[in-house]
Amino acid sequence: MTAATDYTLAELCIVAASKSFASEGEVLATGIGVIPRLAASLAMKTTNPDLMMTDSEAWLLSEPNPLGKRGDDFVPATETWMGFSRIFDNVWSGKRHAMLGPTQIDKYGQSNTSALGGTYDKPKVMMLGARGFPGNSISHPNSFFVPSHNTRVFMEGECDFVSSIGYNPERLPRGHSLDDIDIRLVITDLCVMDFGGPDHQIRLVSLHPGISAEQVQENTGYPVHIPEGVPTTEVPTQEQLDIIAAMDPHNQRAYQIKDNPAGDRS
Amino acid sequence: MNKQMTAHEVVAQLKDGMTIGIGGWGPRRKPMALVREILRSDLKDLTIVSYGGADVGMLCAAGKVKKVVFAFVSLDFIPLEPYFRQARQSGAIEVMEIDEGMMLLGLRAAAWGLPFMPTEVGLGTDIITRNPDIKVIDSPYDDKEWVAMPALKLDVSLIHADKADARGVCQIAGPDHYMDDWYARAAEKTYVSCDELVETEYFHDPVQARMVHWERSMTTGVVPIAGGAHPTSCSQMYGFDVPHFKAYTASAKDEAGFQGYLDQYLGASEEEYQQKVGGLDAIRSIELPTY
Repeated sequence: MTAATDYTLAELCIVAASKSFASEGEVLATGIGVIPRLAASLAMKTTNPDLMMTDSEAWLLSEPNPLGKRGDDFVPATETWMGFSRIFDNVWSGKRHAMLGPTQIDKYGQSNTSALGGTYDKPKVMMLGARGFPGNSISHPNSFFVPSHNTRVFMEGECDFVSSIGYNPERLPRGHSLDDIDIRLVITDLCVMDFGGPDHQIRLVSLHPGISAEQVQENTGYPVHIPEGVPTTEVPTQEQLDIIAAMDPHNQRAYQIKDNPAGDRS
Repeated sequence: MNKQMTAHEVVAQLKDGMTIGIGGWGPRRKPMALVREILRSDLKDLTIVSYGGADVGMLCAAGKVKKVVFAFVSLDFIPLEPYFRQARQSGAIEVMEIDEGMMLLGLRAAAWGLPFMPTEVGLGTDIITRNPDIKVIDSPYDDKEWVAMPALKLDVSLIHADKADARGVCQIAGPDHYMDDWYARAAEKTYVSCDELVETEYFHDPVQARMVHWERSMTTGVVPIAGGAHPTSCSQMYGFDVPHFKAYTASAKDEAGFQGYLDQYLGASEEEYQQKVGGLDAIRSIELPTY
């Protein structure tokens, strides 16, 4: 496969994020938001056809649905009912990998979807709530997508509210080991990271074209482990771009990262 | 047994300080006509247990709520519920913030007469540190610690179904009945509004009976209110009312606030409300969302 020369940052992120689903085997891939959902769809269409996906409503699909309005003659490839109560049967079985976008991610990989600032009884900004993050984080692998890599998301200190468990020894439940926690990739508009550094420190995995390790560190509120010779994030192939375009016919991906920049920023 | 009643009669059964479960999910199939009847009442100090949307936001804004038990409160396409936000940010309400699955476990524990359900969900998070009432316990079978998710016992549940007969056989024909069966089972009394009242014979077709998710002994009262889920959806009959939710959300930034919203829409009865939002035909013609 030859690398494409003309691709957007969103498309680069979709391809990079799809790698987190590549070797998962037969699990439910849940991508919340346009880029994570397209990443899961791309993986299911290419590297891992054994993946399962829902229609984001109540059915499990044999083929991912394209995003947005579909023609009246469109027939989704349903294979079983998968209402919300049954999602938890799947979550607690561990046969799932979710990719989500929390508001804060701290140095332990703990995330926050609930409340910012003030006190817990009277937060400055109330957000969604813990949602399913507590259960996801202790039950199955998870990845994060962050469309704007900055020190408000990757902040100093601990999350204002810890929605999901991370590699924090002080919060480790008795009888558990830090290795039980399974945070996979963190895909941002600057780079790909994981928590594979020393003692589960956040680690740079690849840099998007035109981005430096210094930029990543400057925009992260805690030290990033930067190994020697960090590669450039793999550039999408034309085949991947064609599949993404078919899965996203209304080009919703163009509205996910501010100003929809080109993938190569050098 | 004829369980048919009016929304007014349902709300007359409710008392200050009750714990009330509300079925549906975010902006989907909420018993909004029953919620509106509470807005018209003097009820107060309620504890609301909900996969929350505007049901929670409206009750908070109207000063009906002492405490919310929630995992999220969201309108989905408008992620942050404006009035729940205001209530939280002004410190007006107590909360029990839990995981979505923990809520399911708490409802099951209540339904099954158990004091709690063991789970690992919540460990290592602020769900445990912020909820002193949720205990972490030892297991008799292993050396790990476990969360004992307490039973979420409900005085009353309010649910909206597609169809029901007067004996309390309720059908949810849309693609997901969410946790409504567990809300029905976890409550002392369950009142169900329905878009259509049908004869019992309707369910003699097994295809229809298959979409009945709890047995009628769990249903206390049935309230026929066509369009009663508006502005939330009742898939496959109607979608959620996007312009209405936008106006509702915008009202939170107006000087008149929620009172302005109520003055514009609530009315003295569901008939008046429906006239103000364009009538039943308009509700029933709202397009279903594409996910």
